[in-house]
Amino acid sequence: MTFSLSRRTALMGTGALLATPAFAQRAPIRLGGLATLEGPFATGGQDGFRCVQMELERINNTVGGRRIEFIRESSNAQADVALARARKLIEQDNVDIILGPLSGAEGIALRDYSRTLTGKTIVNGSSGAADTTLRNPSTNFFRFNTDGTQWMAGLGNHVFRTMGIRDVAIVAGDYAFPYAQVFGFNIEFCRAGGRTTHYWAPLGTTDFGSQIAQINRSDVGALVVVHGGTDGLAFMTQYAQAGGNKPLIAGSIMADQSMLSARGPHRRVMVGMISSGPIADVIDDQSWRDYVERYRRRWLNEGGFQSPSIHGVNYATNLAGILTALAAVDGDLSGNQAAFQRALAAARFKAPTGADVRLDHNRQAISDIFINRVEERDGRAQVVAFSRANGINQTLNTPEAAFLALGSPSRDNPGCVPAAT
Amino acid sequence: MDLAATIALNGLTLAALYFIVASGFSLIFGLMRVVNMAHGSLYLVAAYVGYAVFEPLYDRDLWYAWYAGLAAGIVCAAISGALMQRLLLGWMQGQELRQALVTIGVSIIVADQLLAFYGGNPRQFFAPDAIFGATQLPGLGGYPTFRLVQIGIAVAVGVGLWLLLNRTRLGMMIRAGVDDRDMLGACGVNVPLVGVAVFALGAALAGLGGVIGATAQPLAQGVDGRFLLVSLVVVIVGGMGSVPGTAVGAILIGLAEQIGQAIFPTYSVVLSFVIMVAVLATRPQGILGRA
Repeated sequence: MTFSLSRRTALMGTGALLATPAFAQRAPIRLGGLATLEGPFATGGQDGFRCVQMELERINNTVGGRRIEFIRESSNAQADVALARARKLIEQDNVDIILGPLSGAEGIALRDYSRTLTGKTIVNGSSGAADTTLRNPSTNFFRFNTDGTQWMAGLGNHVFRTMGIRDVAIVAGDYAFPYAQVFGFNIEFCRAGGRTTHYWAPLGTTDFGSQIAQINRSDVGALVVVHGGTDGLAFMTQYAQAGGNKPLIAGSIMADQSMLSARGPHRRVMVGMISSGPIADVIDDQSWRDYVERYRRRWLNEGGFQSPSIHGVNYATNLAGILTALAAVDGDLSGNQAAFQRALAAARFKAPTGADVRLDHNRQAISDIFINRVEERDGRAQVVAFSRANGINQTLNTPEAAFLALGSPSRDNPGCVPAAT
Repeated sequence: MDLAATIALNGLTLAALYFIVASGFSLIFGLMRVVNMAHGSLYLVAAYVGYAVFEPLYDRDLWYAWYAGLAAGIVCAAISGALMQRLLLGWMQGQELRQALVTIGVSIIVADQLLAFYGGNPRQFFAPDAIFGATQLPGLGGYPTFRLVQIGIAVAVGVGLWLLLNRTRLGMMIRAGVDDRDMLGACGVNVPLVGVAVFALGAALAGLGGVIGATAQPLAQGVDGRFLLVSLVVVIVGGMGSVPGTAVGAILIGLAEQIGQAIFPTYSVVLSFVIMVAVLATRPQGILGRA
C-alpha cells in the first residue's frame, strides 16, 4: 500500500514540477490527514476522516481560491507509528499542513516532531493529552480541540456533590490521554474530599477479568471508566458479563457513538452512565442539530454512526481552524507559513457543537464542556447533555502557575490533591 | 482468597483460548516444519467470516446463529489453510525461511483486505443465552459462563487431538512424518496429502479459536498479530510440536497475564516474556519439547 502511494506521489510530484511556472501562485494546498485506521481506535479514526471529507466536500475542496488536496495516512495509536507516517506525509507526500493525530501519545510525538520542521504546520486531529500543549509547547503545533483534562471539567464536582458519592474506583488506560482525563476528574473530586483507587491497564488490553473481579469485590460507590476504543468495549462487555452493577461514570471517549453503536451486553449497563466531554449526541443547540442532520444524510448509509463521534467532531473542529485561517490569509502559505500561523493563532470560530473556539498563548483551545447522561431515546442509547460550562481553558480556569505546580499528569501523579487545609 | 481463586480461574480460561489457537500452530509446525506466520490471519479470517454468517441470523433471533457462525468460521479457516498449503507452501517444502516469508506476506495481504472489506468497527459474537450469562460457583459467586465453556472446549480439543494423534491411522502417519518424512513417503503414504490435511486441521483450530476468541473479547483489526505472538510464545515455552507442551505453555502464559494484571498491571506484558526468556535459557527446546 505504502509503495503504490509513494509511486503515485512521485508521479504527481513530477507533474507538479512541470506545471510550476504557469500555476505557481494557485497550486493546490496539500493537506495531510493522519488518523488511526488500525488498532484500538480504528472506529474513531474512520469517523474522523468522515467528518473531514464531509467538510471538504461542502466547500468543494477550495479555500481562499486554492484547491485543497487531501492525503490520508493511517497509524495505530502508537507514537512511533504516528511519527513514521507523519514523516512520510512531510517528506514523501510533501504536504504543507498535517491534520492529526488521534491518540494522546501520538500527539506528544508529533508535537516534538513539529519542532524540527520549518515552513510546515501540524494541527491536531483528536489527541487529548494535556502536556502536548501545556508543557513545552511547539510554535507550529496548534490544537483547536479541548484536551482530556478540560473534558472532565465539572464531572468530579457533579459526582461528589450532586450524586453524593464519596469513593470511586477508576479504571484507565496506561498512557498520556487517560492520565489527563483521570487528572481532570481527580482535581475536583479529591479536592471536594473524595477518595479514589486506580486500576491502570496498557492500551490494547482485551481481558480485564482480574481487575473486574477486584472492583466487584470492593465497596466503592461508583466506577469511573476512562477506557475507549476496543479496550473500552472489552472492559464494558466483561463488566456486564461479570454482573457488575455499580453506578458508572465515564471518560469522554467511553460515552460515545463509537461505543454505543457496537452491539452487545455493554449497552445495558451503559444506560444512565454520567460522563463529560466536548460533545454529546443530543445538545440543545441549533447549529449542532444541523450538523448531526448533515452527517446522518451523508454517512448513515455508508457505515456512519447515528450521530458523529467525539473523534469526528474533533477532526472537524481542527479542520475548521485550518480553513478559517486559510480564508483569512487568502490561501497564502508563503514566508514559511508565518502569516498563516499567525492567522491560526488568532482564529475564532464556532465548532460543530455550536461552542465558541479560540486559542490561548500555547495555541490550545478554550471552549465549552458538556456534562452528559446516557439515555434511551428513539429506541437507542444516546448521550444527552444536561449541563454546559462555557469557555473552559486548559488549567480549568484556575491560575496557570498553581495548575502547573501540580505537576504533569501521570500514573504516579493522578491529580488527587486533597482540599487545602 | 476468593479473589485469588477468581484470578487463577481467569488465567485458566484465558489459557484455554490460547491453547485452542496455539495447538493448531504447534500441530502445523510439528509435521510440516512450517512456522506459519499467517496463523493469526486464519484466526481473523474465521472470525470475520463467521461474524458475517452470524449477524443476519442473530438479527432474526435464531437460536443457532452462533453455532452457524462457529461452523462457518471453522470451515472457512480450514479451506484457507488447505489452499495455502496446496497453492503456496507445498512447492517450497523444506525451505523453511522461504515459507516463513511467504506466510508473513500472506498475513499482510489478508490484514489489509479484511480492513478494506469489513472496516475498522469492532465486532463481537453473542453466544446463546445458555452459555452466555453468569454461573454461580461455590465460594466465587457469579462467574461468566462462557469462560467456563472455553475450558470445556479446550479440554475437548486437547483430548480430541490426543486421540487423533495416538489412536487413528492419520495420527500414526502424522507422528511418523514428524520423525522421518522420507521414510513415510517410501512406505507408500501420500505425504503431501497428509500435509494438506494437517494444515487444514491446524487452520480449523485457529478458526475455532477465532470464533471463541471473538465471543470472549472484541474482534478488531490487529488481533491477528496479537494471537500470532501469543501462539509463538506459548509454543516456544511449551515445546514445538507437542500437544501437552502447548497446554503447559498456554497455562503458564495465561496465568502470568492475569496474575500480572492484578499485581503489576503496567508490566504484566513483561512477565510472559520473562517466562519465555527463562525457558529459552534453561531448556531451549521448550518445557516438554524433544531435543
